[in-house]
Amino acid sequence: MANRRIDEATGVETVGHEWDGIEELNNPLPRWWVWTFYACIVFAIGYCIAYPAWPLISKGTEGVLGWTSRGQLATEIEKADEAKAALLASLDKASIEQIASDPELLRSAVAGGNAAFKVNCVQCHGSGAAGSRGYPNLADDDWLWGGSLPEIQQTILNGIRHPGDDRTRVSEMSAFGRDGLLSAAEIRDVTGYVLSLSGQEQPSASTQRGAEIFAANCVTCHGADAKGLRQFGAPDLTDAIWLYGGTRADIESQVNAPQHGVMPAWSERLDPVTIKMLAAYVHSLGGGEDFVEVAENPAVEVDEQPATN
Amino acid sequence: MNSPQQIDVPNQAEAGQAQLYAKREPVFNRRIDGKFRRLKWAVMVVTLAIYYVTPWLRWDRGPYAPDQAVLIDLAHRRFYIFGIEIWPHEFYFVAGLLIMAGIGLFLVTSAVGRAWCGYACPQTVWTDLFQHIDRLIDGDRNARFRLYKAPWGPSKVARRLLKWSIYLAISFATGGAWILYFADAPTLFREFFAGDAAPVAYATAGVLTATTFVLGGFMREQVCIYMCPWPRIQTAMLDEKSLIVTYKDWRGEPRGSLKKAEKEPDKFGDCVDCGQCVAVCPTGYDIRKGPDIACITCALCIDACDRVMSDIGRPRGLIDYATLEDSEREKGGEKPSPHWKLIWHPRTIAYFVVWGLIGLALLFALGTRARTDISVSPDRNPPYMLMSDGSVRNSYTLKLRNMQSRPREMEIALEGLPGGIMWSDDVPRSAAARSLSRTVDADAIETVRAYVIAPAGTASQEFSFRLRSLGEDGESDVAEARFDAPGGG
Repeated sequence: MANRRIDEATGVETVGHEWDGIEELNNPLPRWWVWTFYACIVFAIGYCIAYPAWPLISKGTEGVLGWTSRGQLATEIEKADEAKAALLASLDKASIEQIASDPELLRSAVAGGNAAFKVNCVQCHGSGAAGSRGYPNLADDDWLWGGSLPEIQQTILNGIRHPGDDRTRVSEMSAFGRDGLLSAAEIRDVTGYVLSLSGQEQPSASTQRGAEIFAANCVTCHGADAKGLRQFGAPDLTDAIWLYGGTRADIESQVNAPQHGVMPAWSERLDPVTIKMLAAYVHSLGGGEDFVEVAENPAVEVDEQPATN
Repeated sequence: MNSPQQIDVPNQAEAGQAQLYAKREPVFNRRIDGKFRRLKWAVMVVTLAIYYVTPWLRWDRGPYAPDQAVLIDLAHRRFYIFGIEIWPHEFYFVAGLLIMAGIGLFLVTSAVGRAWCGYACPQTVWTDLFQHIDRLIDGDRNARFRLYKAPWGPSKVARRLLKWSIYLAISFATGGAWILYFADAPTLFREFFAGDAAPVAYATAGVLTATTFVLGGFMREQVCIYMCPWPRIQTAMLDEKSLIVTYKDWRGEPRGSLKKAEKEPDKFGDCVDCGQCVAVCPTGYDIRKGPDIACITCALCIDACDRVMSDIGRPRGLIDYATLEDSEREKGGEKPSPHWKLIWHPRTIAYFVVWGLIGLALLFALGTRARTDISVSPDRNPPYMLMSDGSVRNSYTLKLRNMQSRPREMEIALEGLPGGIMWSDDVPRSAAARSLSRTVDADAIETVRAYVIAPAGTASQEFSFRLRSLGEDGESDVAEARFDAPGGG
């Protein structure tokens, strides 16, 4: 095979292989290259000793430095947590109202809330907080339980209809049809009246009758003007927003046997700082209400179940 | 394993073949004076002065912007060049300048050959500077050659250490001046020596000190001959109309010493083979071999040869700037065309026109550019929001750019979208209106959330935000946006 010979032109030996008349000279490697190569070998040996390198049956060699990528991640997370510690401490100390009055703190709280929202809330409320049927839109200006910062904070802390939390927000509309409180015709009439409130149906004899039924059965929670009462979480029936749909069939179904959504009491799962940040974020979505104005409303205390009739 | 035959690599003479590897011959160029040497001095003084003085020039831009005339403020992403401030999105001005510099090199090459290499290239200027240091410390050509050959002894070590420290001082001044372009020069200068400057300042100064020390002090002409791509590009660009340094062999050959020529005046040309042209060459090239990549056309050999010719009473210009075309003409006994004529050949004019057009386009763009800008990014999730009264809300994030060095009152107004009003994070919904006003900080971007609400029944449609400066400049900019509503459309 090997046919080493001295190349005439250069006087250098060839490597002895020939491809279609082309031969390769066996010039020595440049010395700097050789030394770099040796240095690489030395480095590689050192590396194998210092760092995890060789795969074995169950796990690899660990290296005398004890470095792992997981350990590095843990250190980095620890460092990030340390960097956030001061901010979290001041968010912890401040009340939600104080946070709102400090633009710097509020900005951090909203950013933190955004991240927490993506993890904990988007499953029901959607990534844009726009909700869906049965899950309230958090970015509009319609609030069942109030849209000021303290009210949002309380909703998140204690949840809605969350079993086992005695401060949870509870309301329960009677199943007027299923439980036989109203007849099918009466439900049709009251639905017509409700539709007429938002201008979707013209007043008629039916809506007239519906108004009477409404006055007798619904005003306790929804109010005489049907604009809802937040202490009961009773929705405004005159506006354009319908949690369970705004068609006649939707409303009839809701009067007949209402659906009731449940939101967990997040105080059981999240720390108070995260909940404050979430409240700030939800409030920042464009529908947040001023808590000063809301403070004039009756205090939101739902210690007992509202009477249902 | 066959052990390879041990053979001695034959030297060039034995093999009768060109060796592919040439060991560097150190260059000890002799001191020379003459018109091209003086031109070289002048160019060196001017270029070094520009380099060292520029960062210290001040330029008043008012209280909201730095007062350094030329400042590449990478930290804040602003370029300041005298009265011009460039934002990152206007980087095309810098790109344009770089393109002009590139075409400028072509233009210069086409008009006067490798003048850049010979006079203005930093490698040339610094090599020249370092060669003067050699001369200052070690003496002229012969003294330096002797010292090079001399064995290492205390005096040689002392001289070398002295010389290298001067190299190092110059290199540090070079690397140190570079960083002054990237921050306020007086402040950085103070901080640098107090040890308070940013690590990147020390690293940059260190790297540039090292490269100057190595490239200027030791590699010198090897950079031009082996490393730099520009001579190779120029080799392709030079043609028979290019000005190059030419040894007029038809006049000089056959060469012979003055003594021989005195005996047989008819047998010899003008070249007395004194070797002065090689002795003064900063790259150690013998121009009599003909044009070569190693000739940077600094014309010092012309100075040297002219001096010798005048000393022995022969006409100057045995080595001279000439084109190949003229060489042919001169060889044939004709008169060469005057140098100014060279400049007016079509390729030079074409380069000049392109170069000039780019320059004019940049100036036009500079004169008409706006210092006010608005951009809109709509919230896409959700695309719209139904409000309780049936109206529809869309949310937008607006970026207002105030690119002037003073705070400005600006107004954002809706254009189109009948019945639409907007509010913001600091403007309550109760105060919603067709426009919002803001003070935008000097030289800053202000981010504004805009909640735009349109009455029930509004269809999806295009509209726009207009940003208007409320000051006397009255600048304005428009950004298109889309309003989404239920039902699409």
